[in-house]
Amino acid sequence: MTDVVFDHVTKVYPGPALAVDDLSLEVGDGEFLILVGPSGCGKTTALRMVAGLEKISEGEIAVGGDVINDVPPKDRDIAMVFQNYALYPHMTVEKNLGFALRQRKTPKVELEQRVHSMGELLGLEELMKRRPGQLSGGQRQRVAMGRALVREPKVFLLDEPLSNLDAKLRVQMRAELKRLHQRLEITTIYVTHDQVEAMTLGDRIAVMSAGRLQQLGAPQDVYDNPSNVFVAGFIGSPPMNLLQGVVRDGHVEAGDLTFARAGLDGGDVVVGIRPEGLRPVGEADPGPGLAVQVDVVEPLGDEVLVHGSVAARDAGVKIEPEEATLLVQTSDRAAMTVRLDPDARPAEGSTLHLHVDPKTIHLFDAATGAAL
Amino acid sequence: MSVQPDVRAMGAITAATARPALPGETGMVEKPRARWLPFSPWHFVLMPIAIIMLVPLLWVVMTSLETLAQTQHFPPILWPGSFQWSNYPRAWSSVPFDTWFINTIIVTTTVVVSNLLFCSLAAYGFARIRFFGKSVAYFFLLATLMIPVQVVIIPTFLIVKQMHLIDTLGALIVPNLANVFGIFLLTQFFRTLPIELEEAARIDGASRLKVLFRIVLPLSLPALATLAVIQFLWTWNDFLWPLVTIYKESAFTLQLGLMSFQGSHVNDTNLLMAGNVMSMLPMLILFIAAQRYFVRGIATQGLKG
Repeated sequence: MTDVVFDHVTKVYPGPALAVDDLSLEVGDGEFLILVGPSGCGKTTALRMVAGLEKISEGEIAVGGDVINDVPPKDRDIAMVFQNYALYPHMTVEKNLGFALRQRKTPKVELEQRVHSMGELLGLEELMKRRPGQLSGGQRQRVAMGRALVREPKVFLLDEPLSNLDAKLRVQMRAELKRLHQRLEITTIYVTHDQVEAMTLGDRIAVMSAGRLQQLGAPQDVYDNPSNVFVAGFIGSPPMNLLQGVVRDGHVEAGDLTFARAGLDGGDVVVGIRPEGLRPVGEADPGPGLAVQVDVVEPLGDEVLVHGSVAARDAGVKIEPEEATLLVQTSDRAAMTVRLDPDARPAEGSTLHLHVDPKTIHLFDAATGAAL
Repeated sequence: MSVQPDVRAMGAITAATARPALPGETGMVEKPRARWLPFSPWHFVLMPIAIIMLVPLLWVVMTSLETLAQTQHFPPILWPGSFQWSNYPRAWSSVPFDTWFINTIIVTTTVVVSNLLFCSLAAYGFARIRFFGKSVAYFFLLATLMIPVQVVIIPTFLIVKQMHLIDTLGALIVPNLANVFGIFLLTQFFRTLPIELEEAARIDGASRLKVLFRIVLPLSLPALATLAVIQFLWTWNDFLWPLVTIYKESAFTLQLGLMSFQGSHVNDTNLLMAGNVMSMLPMLILFIAAQRYFVRGIATQGLKG
């Protein structure tokens, strides 16, 4: 049983700079957890604290029930894949794969056998005698993964491992990574800022911002029910459209858009609409509508992304938290992205009338950013 | 009228005289170099300088092949006509040249090896390990580079004397086991290595020492070769310190021994020069062998130092 528990973990760098702020989080045995957030949100620092590369300022991290705060990295039995792979340039693939086992004085026969089978698992047999400099990006990536996995660690850490690969290879390696995890069932913590990796790879995702955990949950759940404006704007590609609105007499008003929502006090709110939550008028049941002034149309083959603007209400409210600057709003227009079927492609410069299903609209408190 | 230079005209001149693009550059104004010479015109400047540099060396070699009478002739004879090759065996056998040669090799090898080891250890500490007072210690260490040898020669002599090493090879080895320049050179180099490699090794189960010996040092060959060559030259050529601490002939180094060809009663310049040429050969061989690393090491120093 190898779970990883963060118990009120805080990391302060000299400066002082708060990198991780009171993080409490449990990663179950064999779970694949994604730490996702914008750069500088503390996700890599959290990972490095598990690896033992950063000292923990406050709180405790426990692996398999044992607190590891003061255990040196070499004794933690944790493996890590670095963003730039960090393969030893002066060693062959074979030596790279076997390095950790040699440090542990593994008998030669067993070492060779394990290196060989890891090479086989990752399709590296032909490359065993080469050095990292003679490998392609994807091959290096595989060696880095193999080097970490060959000693069957208790916990497997990955720090943006796919970010240096080209798009096609990334898709391929993503699937390979998932397959590998299904097969080996090692507790895995995976750091990324990539939407797609976050949604597709993990059992659960932990969204971080400014050192704090914003939301923890299954990817679909986080997508469907973001707990605050930050998560709403961060998860999803393209991100959720956010409009400033106001609640009056049981109705929410945001520019052209007015819809009923019971049980709300009056006051300023943020209205969130997913790009796929909007449908052209006349297609389905009538509901609250929006007129989108079309600026740019991006046909993607299976869908069309429409970037435009809608009339907006200038509430003069600055939305907190600070990161919610995703809310692009001038005095009377707000940016709006819409995802449509390819046959509904509008002309650039035209006005598009769209309906919104009120049930799919998210509302957030304008002052705190929390979901209502 | 304005007296400001015509900016457009200057622009035109710049474009016309633009240097040819280096490989990898996407130069718009790429102009093939005029091939009126089989080499760059810079050679007209460089070749005379090279000749000036080589003249003393040539003079040494030629003097080593002259008769004693020829060496005393003025103006100096740069081409003796007949070569006295016998000067070499004479120089070798008229003094305990082989003993001095072996002494020098023992001292130089020990000093070079110990410098590589101790400077690496100290440099790794300064480059990577966090400890109290690190930057102050590093500063004071570097500050000692500013102190000339002549200032510390007497205190060092007294310490070596207390250790009862005077007149032994130990006097030449012990004070030179590590030097600040080597620590500085390696610290700067280690700092340029990607830290992820060391972190990866630590997670993979390597101790600090293993990280140093398995990861850092193999990646630092250019810096180590540079340090080895520089230390070799310094130790091999050192004259002042052996002169102060060594009195008996059996503990002489080559540089000290060569002095016996030129004293108050003898002045065998031709034999002295023959001995000089022989003492130069190991350095020449080492330099040529390590040149590839050495030049790269200097280049690295230039960029990151």
